[in-house]
Amino acid sequence: MRLPFLTKISLVALLLFSQTLFAHQPVSNGVDMADQLRADGKIWVVVAVVAAVFAGIIIYLVRLDRQIGKLEKEVKEKSSVVSH
Amino acid sequence: MSALQNEKYLVEGPSGLNFDLCYSKRLFGYCSRQPILNESIRNVYFHVPLWFGMITLLLTSAIFSIKYLRSGKLGDDLVAVEFANTAILFGLLGCATGSLWANFTWGEPWPNDPKLNSVAVGMLMYLAYLILRGSFDDEQRRARISAVYNIFAFAVFVPLIFIVPRLTDSLHPGNGGNPAFGKYDMDNNMRVVFYPAVIGFTLLGVWITELSIRLRRVKAALDD
Repeated sequence: MRLPFLTKISLVALLLFSQTLFAHQPVSNGVDMADQLRADGKIWVVVAVVAAVFAGIIIYLVRLDRQIGKLEKEVKEKSSVVSH
Repeated sequence: MSALQNEKYLVEGPSGLNFDLCYSKRLFGYCSRQPILNESIRNVYFHVPLWFGMITLLLTSAIFSIKYLRSGKLGDDLVAVEFANTAILFGLLGCATGSLWANFTWGEPWPNDPKLNSVAVGMLMYLAYLILRGSFDDEQRRARISAVYNIFAFAVFVPLIFIVPRLTDSLHPGNGGNPAFGKYDMDNNMRVVFYPAVIGFTLLGVWITELSIRLRRVKAALDD
């Protein structure tokens, strides 16, 4: 089956993350809420923070990539105008 | 979290000052054991270096603004803007990671803390810098006025996040009479990771800035 690259990536990510996210079922007896991120000594908060930093930097870099792509297109058009 | 541990946390309360000298090693090396924070103390390796990096980038930006005012070269202005851009990215990420962390340790995503409020004002100041730049058509005029604004913004930003929170009580360590990086929230095992992280995040910011600067220079060369 041919899928676009981004779709594939997101499916793989879902597969990876669903394991860890849904493996921790919330505890029903206490008052504590948001159990999943408070479980295991709050290590999941660290994971979420790392993910946020990573996502933020990647989004910024993808934006930069797009700008470079636009510039490359411009250069191509200019050089084709010059050569003709 | 076991019931026994739960009890211990209740007894020790939210002071964050009591911790035993056992170390746990999981993600990113050894850490001191602390109540409330638990393993989330490791966020110090990500959240704090982002802010340290941001300050360094903003300082560089202000220096290049001064350089522009002295030389009048548009190239210096370009460098100043890109450093400010990356610094704002780091600031937004710092806010996001901070509120994630605060949600699970201080109980609210944005508690009424002087450091947070100061930083909110500071971020708005720098967003205003970008808006200010967008509102001029004349290049030299834009560069000159925004350079002056940038220098003043940095001069206000530093006391806003370093001095104002220290005058009152703050949840952040190093404020309201708490020692920063004192024996209570950092030990030498953590410093081994923390300081390289500061250097790493700063260099990452410099590299991203450099990429944007080179892009802008190529763009400017193409337009001529």
